Amino acid sequence: MRRLIAAASAALVLGLTGLSPAALAATEGAALPHTDFPHVGVFGKYDKPALKRGLQVYREVCSACHGLKHIAFRNLTALGLSDDEIKAIAETYQIQDGPNDEGEMFERAGRPSDYFPNPFANEKAARASNNGAYPPDLSLITKGRDGHEGYVYAILTGYEEPPADFALGEGMNYNKYFPGHQIAMAPPLNDGQVTYEDGTEAKVATMAHDVVTFLAWAAEPELEERKAVGLKVLIFIGLLTAVLYAINVRIWSRVT
Amino acid sequence: MAETSHQHGAPGASPHGETRRDFLVLTAGAMGAIATIAVVWPLLETMNPAADTLALSSTEVDLTAIEIGQSITVVWRNKPVFIRRRTQEEIDAARAVSLDDLGDKQTDEERAQKPEWLVLVGVCTHLGCIPLGTKKGDPRGDFGGWFCPCHGSHYDTSGRIRKGPAPRNLEVPAYQFVSDTLVKIG
Amino acid sequence: MSSPVPRNKVAQWIEYRLPVFSWVSHNLTDFPEPKNLNYWWNFGSLAGIMLVWQIVTGIVLAMHYTPHVDMAFNSVERIMRDVEWGWLIRYSHMNGASMFFAVVYIHIFRGLYYGSYKSPREILWWLGIVLLLLIMGAAFTGYVLPWGQMSFWAATVITNLFSAVPWIGGGVVEWLWGGFGVDNPLLNRFYALHYLLPFVIVGVVVLHIWALHHRRSNNPLGIDIKSEKDTIPFHPYYTVRDMFGMGAMLFVLFIFIFFIPNMLGETINYVPANPMQTPSHIVPEWYFLPYYAILRAIPDKLGGVIAMLVSILVLFILPWLDTSKVRSARFRPIYKQLFWVFLADCIVLGWVGAQPAEGVNIVISRICTAYYFAHFLIIMPILGKLERPRPLPESIHEAVLKKRGPAQAAAAMEKH
Repeated sequence: MRRLIAAASAALVLGLTGLSPAALAATEGAALPHTDFPHVGVFGKYDKPALKRGLQVYREVCSACHGLKHIAFRNLTALGLSDDEIKAIAETYQIQDGPNDEGEMFERAGRPSDYFPNPFANEKAARASNNGAYPPDLSLITKGRDGHEGYVYAILTGYEEPPADFALGEGMNYNKYFPGHQIAMAPPLNDGQVTYEDGTEAKVATMAHDVVTFLAWAAEPELEERKAVGLKVLIFIGLLTAVLYAINVRIWSRVT
Repeated sequence: MAETSHQHGAPGASPHGETRRDFLVLTAGAMGAIATIAVVWPLLETMNPAADTLALSSTEVDLTAIEIGQSITVVWRNKPVFIRRRTQEEIDAARAVSLDDLGDKQTDEERAQKPEWLVLVGVCTHLGCIPLGTKKGDPRGDFGGWFCPCHGSHYDTSGRIRKGPAPRNLEVPAYQFVSDTLVKIG
Repeated sequence: MSSPVPRNKVAQWIEYRLPVFSWVSHNLTDFPEPKNLNYWWNFGSLAGIMLVWQIVTGIVLAMHYTPHVDMAFNSVERIMRDVEWGWLIRYSHMNGASMFFAVVYIHIFRGLYYGSYKSPREILWWLGIVLLLLIMGAAFTGYVLPWGQMSFWAATVITNLFSAVPWIGGGVVEWLWGGFGVDNPLLNRFYALHYLLPFVIVGVVVLHIWALHHRRSNNPLGIDIKSEKDTIPFHPYYTVRDMFGMGAMLFVLFIFIFFIPNMLGETINYVPANPMQTPSHIVPEWYFLPYYAILRAIPDKLGGVIAMLVSILVLFILPWLDTSKVRSARFRPIYKQLFWVFLADCIVLGWVGAQPAEGVNIVISRICTAYYFAHFLIIMPILGKLERPRPLPESIHEAVLKKRGPAQAAAAMEKH
């Protein structure tokens, strides 16, 4: 039994360290500046005020170029917004609907059941207005990039003057953490760019932290429920396994 | 079932002849039962309408374009909803009927929030076909409302069953007038 | 033990028409197992449990999934976000695949250590290899379904392996794709196969257990059952032990599902498939890494594909490559050491399979690949002839008495 546990834990450690290409990739670039978000870890929960502020940053800054297609306005309940607040937010967006009785597509005010609209009609349109680059949808950005939240935060805060010998392409920007260091996105955040409703000072670091928290929620809205259910399940299955082990030991003590 | 409940010896007897069900086995059995339920329950719950489906469960309809005497069909929760702007004669006909003549006794006042507008789920209460009577030229049955071609149910100008096998009146969905020309169904 | 024929009248009525009670009694409850099986023998039934786990969660997922290139990715996200408990079912299926492989690999290595493939269990062993191949097929077709970047490029790379076939390779690949590239026809047929394969697996599992029950379980001593004294009924001894094993396995599985659900997956698979852009690191899931390392170790395209296939197919002739008269490594002092060397070789192959194929990694992968084949093709045949096995015990019963004797005596002392 002890050998079994040893073997299992050895396999686990190997899996955790050696085999994970994510770990591999993360070691390639510069060390990420900020990775300890409160929702990371076994008991971690989303920072609610940061979520709301992050929504504001997304709406006022990111949404100009980036979609959030997997999030519907109704999902914002999870941020602590009331039904009326959600309705009000939805109504600020124009959603394409149709065809109507004349066969035409038309625009109408958003409803809670609608999803955040894409800023561009399609990928070609997006590239045409962004110097050939395609601003990715942000619904899964923290889940779909090695380095996760820490990477997205690093990109948002990693703009620098390029080194003297660096050949920067036209219309490109130098970012310490982007693979190849040339990124089409101009520095999106400046101090004081948004006016937070809760009075928090809008520094670049704060805004980056807030919007990354919001995007982490957008990628994994089930995170808090998952951990809470998981804890109960583990305690239960642990107890059940202990009882079964006791029965097992007792029954086997009869064997001679 | 008497035979199955009949006890033969002790089912929990161990080879050593202990007859008492001991604490550990009972605990494990109870926990196993809870675990089984805890596994099966979420599996079954996945088949409920999902959150995005539920979010679409209300529909808003603009009534501006509907003329007197005209009907339209809109889709609500995968079902057709009939909206008829009734003529005065149709309203009068619906209100003149005595409750004694009805199988499913409902007054027209109970069924129409505004006399002019009738909102109905367009599904025959017999076996789920869609009755005729909404489009121009459709047969409207013996009572000027709707006629279900599947098994010959006749509905009146209030959508009430008057003749044929259907057991109940056409269902009135929950709806409210957001404004004079906008109705929200669901 | 209890009589196989029930005394209950309803049960007797059924038994007369369909002998389920005596069948269960014969094949399950009263089935005689060697009394000295250790915990490594749990992993066969654990694999069976994981098969059921995957089928149940998979059927539920299939109720919500849409196999179309434009909708597959979004339908998986809808499962994660909108379907009640959808995230739980999906993460259970995803991590369940890894747990299935972990359990199956332990089961295989247990067989290698205790010589379970040797006569008269060759067909049992073959059926096991067929099962491994089928499980790999199910895992691969399933991995493609979410239609993320790694799904798409895994499908591209693996189907392109067939282009290595001389003369007809190009035609075969187009036939597999149903087009000029990986697209909707491939997704649809993979979905159909992914739903089919588990039931084929169930069928082969039945044969696997049939063969097992015909020639009985091997045991840590590797000697045959000689009398009833060597055996013990399956129930309650091994049922309870298997239930304990299941609890322990689920505990580990739940840690993954609830707390690190994406640790074994590829980050890039949360980016929708893009046929115009290959991700910078193409890696298979961990359970395919050793084969992937073997594929990349051979500098020739066709040679690499053949080596990868042979690395599994060689297991079919293992019962004859191993020339030793003794089954269990317990009594084979040299093989016992070399078994661990071989296991380490496989783990290193897995590790190097995840690394970029450059520099020293290529050398490591070549050495390990060479050793992998040498283990089967050179070491096993020669070792069996040269090695002097330690003396075998008379019977399972005697060995158990010898081992348990002093411990039980000590326990009895403590009580007084």
